[in-house]
Amino acid sequence: MDIIDRRPNPHGKNIENRRRVLQRARSAVQQAVRDSVARGKIREIGQGNAVSVPSDALHEPTFHRVFTDGMREIVLTGNKEFSRGDKLQRPQGGAGQGAGGDGQAGENGGGEDSFRFVLSRDEFLDLFFDDLELPDLVKREIATTESGTPSRTGLSNEGSPSHLDLGRTMRRSIARRIGLGRPKPDDLRAVEARIAELEDQRPLGADALDELETLREQRGTILRRLARIPWVDPVDLRYRRYTVLPQPATRAVMFCIMDVSGSMTERMKDLAKQFFLLLHVFLERRYKKVEIVFIRHAESAEEVDEDVFFHDPRTGGTIVSSALELMSGIQRERYPSGTWNIYVAQASDGDNASSDTQRTASLLQDAILPVVQYYAYIEITGSGAVIRGETDLWRSYRAIADHNPHLAIRHVGDRKEIFPVFRDLFSRQHDTAEA
Amino acid sequence: MGQITPNGPSARRGGLLYTGNDWNFQVIRDCYDAIEEIARTELGLETYANRIEIITSEQMLDVYTAHGMPLGYKHWSFGKRFIGHENAYRRGLMGLAYEVVINSDPCISYLMEENSATMQALVIAHAAFGHNHFFRNNRLFREWTDPSEILGYLEFARGYIARCEERHGLRAVERILDAAHALQNQGVHRHSGARKLDLKAEQQRARDRRAYEDSMFNDLWRTLPTEDAPGGDHRAEDALSRRRLGLPEENLLYFLEKHAPRLASWEREIIRIVRMVAQYFYPQPQVKMMNEGCATWVHAYIMRRLHELGRIDDAAYLEVIHSTSNVITQLGFDAGGGPSFNPYALGYAMMTDIARICTEPTAEDRTWFPDIAGNGDAIGTLRHAWAEYRDESFIQQFLSPKTIRDFRMFRLRDDTSQPYLLVDAIHDEAGYRDIRRSVALTYDPGTFYTEIEIVDVDLLGDRTLVLEHRSRAGQLLQPNDARQTLNYLSTLWGYGVILKEIDTQTGAVLTTHTANVPT
Repeated sequence: MDIIDRRPNPHGKNIENRRRVLQRARSAVQQAVRDSVARGKIREIGQGNAVSVPSDALHEPTFHRVFTDGMREIVLTGNKEFSRGDKLQRPQGGAGQGAGGDGQAGENGGGEDSFRFVLSRDEFLDLFFDDLELPDLVKREIATTESGTPSRTGLSNEGSPSHLDLGRTMRRSIARRIGLGRPKPDDLRAVEARIAELEDQRPLGADALDELETLREQRGTILRRLARIPWVDPVDLRYRRYTVLPQPATRAVMFCIMDVSGSMTERMKDLAKQFFLLLHVFLERRYKKVEIVFIRHAESAEEVDEDVFFHDPRTGGTIVSSALELMSGIQRERYPSGTWNIYVAQASDGDNASSDTQRTASLLQDAILPVVQYYAYIEITGSGAVIRGETDLWRSYRAIADHNPHLAIRHVGDRKEIFPVFRDLFSRQHDTAEA
Repeated sequence: MGQITPNGPSARRGGLLYTGNDWNFQVIRDCYDAIEEIARTELGLETYANRIEIITSEQMLDVYTAHGMPLGYKHWSFGKRFIGHENAYRRGLMGLAYEVVINSDPCISYLMEENSATMQALVIAHAAFGHNHFFRNNRLFREWTDPSEILGYLEFARGYIARCEERHGLRAVERILDAAHALQNQGVHRHSGARKLDLKAEQQRARDRRAYEDSMFNDLWRTLPTEDAPGGDHRAEDALSRRRLGLPEENLLYFLEKHAPRLASWEREIIRIVRMVAQYFYPQPQVKMMNEGCATWVHAYIMRRLHELGRIDDAAYLEVIHSTSNVITQLGFDAGGGPSFNPYALGYAMMTDIARICTEPTAEDRTWFPDIAGNGDAIGTLRHAWAEYRDESFIQQFLSPKTIRDFRMFRLRDDTSQPYLLVDAIHDEAGYRDIRRSVALTYDPGTFYTEIEIVDVDLLGDRTLVLEHRSRAGQLLQPNDARQTLNYLSTLWGYGVILKEIDTQTGAVLTTHTANVPT
């Protein structure tokens, strides 16, 4: 008999198989992720990360019989009261379908209507971004640079003396000294003491003379070795290494501004939400704390919570400047530009009262753009994707964008355009011409 | 439990094997030795060499997933099973088995590190001796499985499939595996006369086949004019080719592997692997109840003896009783027991009952079991039963009136033309035989496997494959699944497939499923 301890063996043999399940159910999981994005709040996305997919996405069909009608006999246990000839009411749903349904009963321990995955946040975001055709979010950097701070990143064998790691250096020195057999100073002292002792005695016997001879030889060796094997050698030296890592600024605020007048359909809001969500995830990876301010507007603007922002319809005309004014006011009051990184994302279908456009443009140019890191305007076009004439709003924004690189404006017509537009907006080249 | 006298010299007396809950490797070794002594001398068990592996609960989940096999090829369905188990485990719906044991030589038992010392001893008695003896001696396992080679074969299968994935891409391999998995229940030779799997020769043959095919491949052959005899006797030719194809054939995977015209040779090999694995596991469900009953009875016996011999203390023995009775609980029909028996409960009850009949028979037992009642050789009788029967025949032979009464079994007649379910037999004199026959029937492989055969191929036409399912009205295939499975079949065959469901009695076609040529 052998006993083998397998506990140290590699765990997670099924990680690859699990990955394949995700791959297999990708479209279903993606749908589930998309739904949970639609249901969930922006800041909670990917936190409660269990998704359910309908089990037919992973169904493994086999040939098996079902009992639908006719006659069969079933043996049960635990009879308490029945006698032969008793008649029992059929259980709800018909015993016929339920019990006879699975030819291999007990195989899976109960039926499943849906299959539940617990996704890690990364898996979740991957799937979500994949939907948006996101190859690589993290590598994209916002154009604004920030100060870096040096941070410990391991050890190096060269560096400035002030970075010398004494502990590590000495540890290596000791190891080397032991390895090379460098005598200890105490050994030398002992040998010398003995020599002195012997030298003091006279006359010396033959034994003592021999000993003295050996000791002198030893002393010679010790001294030679001491001279040859240094206490600290350049190969022992270890320096702490520092790398300058970009230090994310700690706080950012993100203003979501959306036109909610009647012309914005649910689909358009959904696109806007995807965009805001992307921006949030993106900022969240850079900043320790991201605040979100939701501003919606029609004729007038108000600050609202997320639910109202996305789900409460309004009607009426559109005055964009009201939202910008409100945003500017909130910013001055609560998020001073000295201590906050400010981002604005505005989604609109481009409708605006024609008299208001001039005022909007000047607000944007004079009050807002000077204090924000980045201002993204996406204009959501109708589902027909017919190229419309440029809206007034678009025209005036474009004029400003021409000499303000941190204002970016794009059109979005469809879900699959969200990510390319997003990437386009947040890549370094703001100077690429807008198509 | 019947009183059983040890038939060997009583185990060497020693002190307690351990105290408390903690175990270490020495404790396991000591327990093993003490258990082995009882298993060999008192029970006369014959086992394969044992290998005991200690694993963590997470590793246990992995082992669960792959049919309890330590290595398997990669496929998403295993991931699905894994996630299912993991979810159930995390939410506390399922405890992990204390042990998993696999039918290999040496016989590997997995023990979880979380088990207490008593549980480790119990599991060793249960798996390393009970199951192991059963694997080694039961006729079905002896006929169908080759335990010395299975681990090597699985290793080969994993490597082969991984190489195919590298060469032909994940998707191409998955396409074949998905289809083959759907058909694996139709991928076994069921009838006796089949030779035992020789898995090592199997691997060698696979290599030889590849080499031969490579050497024989000559593209020129394709350009040879064929002997086409228009207007020939198609019927005679058809019959001839049907014979050549070995039709009718119930092993669908075998047929496809041999005759599907469009498969590449590596695809045939993958089908073969799925078929071999399916064949290897084919006996398991047919003896599950006996196998669990045997292992449970063996561990109960051995642990009781250990206690009597003073090798384990009262606390440990209480733990044994507690976990044994957990395992052998049979819920009544009204407590969610459903129509299926707990194989541990029924198996253990029947083993115990046989031992009782051998040693302390009642008058009833003497009429029902004249050949074993009072023969005084409980252990020999059990060993014989473990070796020679499968669940169905075992129940037919040994399910006694007493066990039927103990389980308070009753039979319902479910006739869908009636508004009521009729209780047509209960645990009384008139009902015993009916109940026993019905219980045995539910363990008949004929009832849990569907009978599907390939009966014809339209070789001169569009190569449509014709299958038949022999059944009865009201017992047809689940139509959605049948259609999807048929699509998989057609994927492998490469042409259209028709499945007719035929009434066994009248020969009438009840329904027809078709799958078109895959694109």
